[in-house]
Amino acid sequence: MSTEQIPALRLENIVKTFPGVRALDGVSFTVMPGEVHALMGENGAGKSTLMKVLGGIHQPNEGQIFIEEQPTVMNSPLDAKAKGVVFIHQELSLADELPVAENVYLGELPRKSFGRVDWSKLHADTDEILKRLNVGFGPKDLVGDLSIANKQMVEIARALTVDAKAVIFDEPTASLTDAEKSVLFEVIEDLKSRGVGIVYISHRMEEIFRISDRVSVLRDGQYRGTLETADTNEDEVTQLMIGRSLDLSRNVQHGELGAVALEVRNLSCGNLYQDISFQVREGEVVGFYGLVGAGRTEIAETLFGLRDPTAGTILLDGKETTIHSPIDAIGAGISLVPEDRKGQGLVLGMNCRDNMTLPQVDDMTAGPFVSDGAEVAIFDQYRDKLEIKTPGWKQLVGNLSGGNQQKIVIGKWLSMHPRVLIVDEPTRGIDVGSKSEIHKLIRELAGQGYAVIVISSEMPEVLHVSDRIIAMFHGRITRTFTSDEVTEDNLVQAISGITPEQGAA
Amino acid sequence: MADTTLKSVGGFLARQGILVAFAVFMIGFALANERFVDIDNILGVIRSSAILGVMALGVTFVVISGNLDLSVGSMMSFSTIVVLDLHDKIGPELAIPAMFGMTLALGALIGFLVGYLRLNSLIVTLGMLSAIHGLTLTYSGGKNMDIDDKQGTWFGFFGQDEVLGMPVPILIFVLLAAVLTMLLAKTPFGRKVYAVGGNGVAATFSGIPRARTVFFCYIISSFCVATAGLIQASRSLGSQNTVGQGLELEVLAAVILGGASLLGGSGTVIKTVIGVLILGFIQNGLLLIGLEFYFQYVVTWAIIILAVWLDIAVKRGHLWSPIA
Repeated sequence: MSTEQIPALRLENIVKTFPGVRALDGVSFTVMPGEVHALMGENGAGKSTLMKVLGGIHQPNEGQIFIEEQPTVMNSPLDAKAKGVVFIHQELSLADELPVAENVYLGELPRKSFGRVDWSKLHADTDEILKRLNVGFGPKDLVGDLSIANKQMVEIARALTVDAKAVIFDEPTASLTDAEKSVLFEVIEDLKSRGVGIVYISHRMEEIFRISDRVSVLRDGQYRGTLETADTNEDEVTQLMIGRSLDLSRNVQHGELGAVALEVRNLSCGNLYQDISFQVREGEVVGFYGLVGAGRTEIAETLFGLRDPTAGTILLDGKETTIHSPIDAIGAGISLVPEDRKGQGLVLGMNCRDNMTLPQVDDMTAGPFVSDGAEVAIFDQYRDKLEIKTPGWKQLVGNLSGGNQQKIVIGKWLSMHPRVLIVDEPTRGIDVGSKSEIHKLIRELAGQGYAVIVISSEMPEVLHVSDRIIAMFHGRITRTFTSDEVTEDNLVQAISGITPEQGAA
Repeated sequence: MADTTLKSVGGFLARQGILVAFAVFMIGFALANERFVDIDNILGVIRSSAILGVMALGVTFVVISGNLDLSVGSMMSFSTIVVLDLHDKIGPELAIPAMFGMTLALGALIGFLVGYLRLNSLIVTLGMLSAIHGLTLTYSGGKNMDIDDKQGTWFGFFGQDEVLGMPVPILIFVLLAAVLTMLLAKTPFGRKVYAVGGNGVAATFSGIPRARTVFFCYIISSFCVATAGLIQASRSLGSQNTVGQGLELEVLAAVILGGASLLGGSGTVIKTVIGVLILGFIQNGLLLIGLEFYFQYVVTWAIIILAVWLDIAVKRGHLWSPIA
């Protein structure tokens, strides 16, 4: 390799406009061979548009793509792949019904005469690639039977079937466990050492600092700068991303606590969770923390009537309450901001106002008809209160950013004046700036006397917003912390099933 | 670039595409045969579209709720045969409500299966298409049905008479379209139909009774089918027991032409009415320019596939999908 390296991939002054929007405004970006170049930016900053331009899904209005300094036009993702630019997608695009080998060479199966598939070559080639990746499955295993992490390895194997100049990872760790992440990072290191340029898109700072060599930041469709990872820190990157620095320190202000709004006694649901008891007071934020599968979301689903408990009681304001459906729960004053915002929280093809008023549409009537005025009044009130940024109520919810979508879901429930608000993964997939706004909002709601339950997989988030933290492990509550006694260490112990005695021993 | 041109033209077409296509066809046919724009011809087309149209109004609700109804054709045959048979047995005054009751019961059965038992609507209504056909043949003993005394009954009112110079089928179509537009666009129920079809899970998470909403969409659909059967029976005072055969596809075609998505969550009653009229005028125009009747089936479906293709092409800004 010469010392005067030429970039594996270079984008020069890319402009992409959509009707009314300048999605990319002169973005330039260079990836050297053997470099991990992180691309960061808030939702809507232009990352995905840039990748779609690179993948040939959109054509740029201005600007030029260079591969190894050769001007290149990308006509389609397949074309981009043929030219050496390969994408590892956030949403996996594999055929579950087919074996690994056929997925790896999907659309490009090796042929013999008369168009017959050369199975032995297919399996041999795939086997060779899988060995490079050091994975624990074979060419003939069915993709549908693999874990998400292993499916991702299949996608990466796909990338290795061509002579890749650049590989783009788009939020690759979103659904991976820590162990699986380590394997992924090893593979990335391996690609690096082979001189492949890596573009790594992620919201997660720790990952960026763990594996990247340089970080480039986009904001509002514009290029905001590139930093050497070794010479920068989270604050500096965050400031570039949002134009201001972010306070994610521990929450200190405690409100006055009122009466017990919700009490759960010995609640069990089959093998999902057992013997759950806790209280939530007015003005209190109770955080539930645990690994995925610890039973947190299932408890929320039970409280919201989506899952019947097998034992135990739920008391609201001291009175025993039975809840068999979301309609029961809403009637009793329990609201749920669900974990999957787009799948469970919103009707994306509906406008902002209709989404917000959906649970109470029966009560918003004048005669037999829905009253426009009453609905707009509610929408305006909560748009102002929650500072939702939207051109107007007619805007389709699907067009809003993640943070504003989440505020629509929160506004939907606040406008019903619930007693208890359950928020499952309040900031999943939401950019850094909106995250702190949502956190502030949750504290404010507690201040106004709502009893709030926050379920989160992000430790800083739980530590930041909660008055008390309930740690769960394998369907059971292992420990309840007040915000004074909780530390990162004892919280990690509690969700790993290590009791304090064991930890001490 | 071709893409950019397509998008700027597409911006207008996406909003008004179906009306533009309509206008183009109308002008084309009018130039080819001046009888096409004759007022009698126009009223004739609307009148003969009324039965299809009334059925399409109901299916619009089902499609917006994210489901299909392929049973409407054979259900319409059932309604027609039943009301004609009962006319002579218990008189029109009782025959009409009895027929509506039986048709609504079929709608309720489908609504129960699809809404409450959550069975796939394609399978359920395809099965019902066949089952109701069998029911009609059993009921009629395989024979066609005729009213004995065609001169001595007022039953022809719904299909043959005029009120204020307007044929009654057209009046029923317009009136029903107006009522159902209000129901779908202005009431809480209508909002729930869009929510359930747009994202059934999110609707459930918002406390919307998904099963009940779907159930009532099928009730509305069967009510419209009963109304269509009434017009059909009244128009000829006698009928073959396969009179509705194949209509389910034409109805679906009209709803799709109107721009409702088969994925649910979008569409309006007015758009369906436009879809019905386009279909009616195209078929009439094709006859007037001298195309053989049977070839219409081919052309009609070619036009529908073209319309769906253009609709999708405009939405994604490409004439074909770059990903597929």
